[in-house]
Amino acid sequence: MAVDIDIEHVARLARLALTDEEKERLREQLGLIIEYAAKVGEVAAEDVPPTAYAIPRANVYREDVPEPSLPQAEALANAPDQQDGRFKVPRIVEIEP
Amino acid sequence: MTDDLCDLTGSELAMKLDAGEIAATELVESSLARIEAVDDTVRAFLTRTPEVAQERAAELDAHRDTGAPQHAVAGIPLALKDVLSTMGIRTTCGSLILESYLPPYDCTAWARLSGHGSVLAGKTNCDEFAMGSSNENSAFGPVRNPWDLERVPGGSSGGSAAAVAAGEVVWALGTDTGGSVRQPASLCGVVGLKPTYGLVSRYGLIAFASSLDTVGTFTRSVRDAAVLLGAIAGKDPRDATSLDAPVPDYLDGIDAGVDRLRIGVVAEALGEGVEPGVRDAVRASIDRLAGIGAHVDDVSLPHAGHTLPAYYLIAPSEASSNLARYDGVRYGFRAAGGADSVEMMSLTRGQGFGPEVKRRIMLGTYALSAGYYEAYYGQAQKVRTLIIRDYEQAFERFDVLVSPTSPTTAFRIGERADDPLAMYLSDIFTIPANLAGVPAITVPCGFDQAGLPVGLQFTAPVLGEQVLFRAAAALERDLGLVLRPPILAGV
Repeated sequence: MAVDIDIEHVARLARLALTDEEKERLREQLGLIIEYAAKVGEVAAEDVPPTAYAIPRANVYREDVPEPSLPQAEALANAPDQQDGRFKVPRIVEIEP
Repeated sequence: MTDDLCDLTGSELAMKLDAGEIAATELVESSLARIEAVDDTVRAFLTRTPEVAQERAAELDAHRDTGAPQHAVAGIPLALKDVLSTMGIRTTCGSLILESYLPPYDCTAWARLSGHGSVLAGKTNCDEFAMGSSNENSAFGPVRNPWDLERVPGGSSGGSAAAVAAGEVVWALGTDTGGSVRQPASLCGVVGLKPTYGLVSRYGLIAFASSLDTVGTFTRSVRDAAVLLGAIAGKDPRDATSLDAPVPDYLDGIDAGVDRLRIGVVAEALGEGVEPGVRDAVRASIDRLAGIGAHVDDVSLPHAGHTLPAYYLIAPSEASSNLARYDGVRYGFRAAGGADSVEMMSLTRGQGFGPEVKRRIMLGTYALSAGYYEAYYGQAQKVRTLIIRDYEQAFERFDVLVSPTSPTTAFRIGERADDPLAMYLSDIFTIPANLAGVPAITVPCGFDQAGLPVGLQFTAPVLGEQVLFRAAAALERDLGLVLRPPILAGV
């Protein structure tokens, strides 16, 4: 059976503004895809350890030597908006009326 | 019909360059002329870089006049999939959200090739953020398959595959997260290699699913794949997941043949859902391998049926995290009209991403969200362990495994566009190697009734690239296929 997904909630978590039409289509498609993907539960037994990386690498260190980093002007070069050497965004905090 | 320079292999061209028979400038002009002739039709390129290529070729010719030796990739025209960062050269990921993004640095794979004198002809079209199997998910329109312009080239690295098939470049790089090099290579009749995970640095590869993403190669011969891999492989301090393993000379033993090599035929991969034309070509190739001395027997990967479900939880989960960075703040598109930052970000992402990318972000966000993580992502990671064990057991008995690369040949543009699950099935034979981190290569092995190319996939154990090349080269040599897509009849 297709899984029923709270699309509004997931879209809010993903910071995705979706149209009503998109929400409807995604509700239907994701329900079917998740139903199919849930097959993983058929074989994933208790005693099977999970694998995050096929070829495990742990704690890859390097010498703690400072290296040149991206110059400020280059870091800002692709920004949609900037001011005084900083990324500029619309307001973040509520303003008391 | 005589071949143009751009139709030869990299290995043939390197000899001609070395012997002074041709100049790098001559070779680059041949490639640029082919791009001019066919790319308005094929549409493999999103950005062409003829000046960059001409300048590099002129430098190489001047350098060669001094008598200094040059690397085997020097002077050979190359294309890069547009998810590989190139400093100062637009890198879009096939997405509106990065339509005018200019990377401030080069990815390691290109930095290494460039250091060896490789000639960049341009950046190739792909499915948006490498998510797709047909190249139809590019925000900049589909690529057409040089074998049949009404059909897809496969994906996601469809532009790189088509460019190599049509002789626009001699070779190209793509990326392979679930089959995105091997499937389009198969559908376009070229050789496609996905190396061992971590053998090639991911630094500067714009991330899709970090535990699966691999830089791979498109070439017109197995030998060229070995040369190109040798130039890009090896430890990179900028990628903590890159392997600290020695890089051998991949041409060593490449012509040793398959005598007594143990080849396992993946039983699950010749059953239902495989087109008859694919099955016939694959079976015939397996017979050829047996005929030239290989020991062939069936092998089972018992969890093959669960690889696709596991992949469609793991890859979207990682993607939903990786793509959180596109928020309209530091780079890329920003939507107008957001009253505050959160609204601006949501509008930016809603307008900047295409349907498949949104679908996967939503899928991954759901699979990772509170209450569902264990049932989906956690379980999928366990399946990954089971698949790795399947391979370990198979490689106790066999040196390499074979299967079709794709269950079908190139399908028609639009045919699967409205059915995501049907599209996801395109990668059913390629995804297991990504989940297990093992290397795999596809080699053209014949044609279906419609004359469309079929690919045979060889898979080897971790860091088994040498045996992979050896087996693939033996088949290639024995078949001796002529791979000249119909679009070249008119050029």
